[in-house]
Amino acid sequence: MTGAAIVADLQERFGGAIVDTHDQHGDHTVVVTREAVVELLRHCRDTPALAFDMLTDLTAVDYAKFPGREDGPRFEVVYHLYSLRHNHRLRVKVRVEEDDAVVATAVPLWPIANWLEREVWDMFGVRFEGHPDLRRLLLYEEFVGHPLRKDYPINRRQPLIGPNI
Amino acid sequence: MGVGNFFTSKLDEAIGWARKYSIFQYPFVTACCGMEYMATACSHYDIDRFGAGLPRFSPRQADVLFVVGTISHKMAPVLKRVYDQMTEPKWVVAFGVCTCTGGFYDNYATVQGIDTIIPVDVYIPGCPPRPESVIDGLMKLQDKIAAGAQRY
Repeated sequence: MTGAAIVADLQERFGGAIVDTHDQHGDHTVVVTREAVVELLRHCRDTPALAFDMLTDLTAVDYAKFPGREDGPRFEVVYHLYSLRHNHRLRVKVRVEEDDAVVATAVPLWPIANWLEREVWDMFGVRFEGHPDLRRLLLYEEFVGHPLRKDYPINRRQPLIGPNI
Repeated sequence: MGVGNFFTSKLDEAIGWARKYSIFQYPFVTACCGMEYMATACSHYDIDRFGAGLPRFSPRQADVLFVVGTISHKMAPVLKRVYDQMTEPKWVVAFGVCTCTGGFYDNYATVQGIDTIIPVDVYIPGCPPRPESVIDGLMKLQDKIAAGAQRY
């Protein structure tokens, strides 16, 4: 299927749950509500015509102080899907507010989401409901804050860790 | 000055001379400075001329800790442990600007100079330092080893 056909199919099936769609150089994106995202991802993975069997990336964006998006939800969680069988791609986005930064986990769908979601938690502080082991991935447990948030001070010093330091 | 004092000072000098030409280094290589370290260590620049040709990859057999490359907060406890495992007498060389001050990595992940963790004897700045600078630093370290009070 072409990207436009995939988006049309998803719009027909999920209707109001799809908030926005756009494409950039032929790469299609659907923005979906938080409640519907796992259902949509499951549909993308299990429908034979779509067969998105690979989650190539799961990351987030902090839109704090972003021109034109000052009032909207602060974070966007981004899923990059790829189908090995059909060689097509789709990007799925979910918008979440700062004071309620929680998204349902995608670990049951793609096991790789385990570490990717841990990284997003580590760097942005977005939590994933139902994740089996939501610990920091790259940083250490004593770290305070989430460094890829736009309001994390660039020169904040963390206390040194480890034996006898 | 008695004969005993004369003998001790000459023995100090002899031991200092021997130590400065038998440096067993421990290269703690974490980043791109390692390339310049290898260039220095290999035959073209050849630190074997200064008696530092044999890296020991066990801290227990090493005299000089070469900290080569950026040290992150997560790596800091490892560096500290390696330093603690080395036996006296021991010296530390901060190789490259990241180990000296953190360099341009003024961010959440990087230790702002390894002297916040362990004592440092010689700082070799540069990003990465030229082999000439490294050899200059090594010779300064040799002077320091020879001049320091010898314990034996």
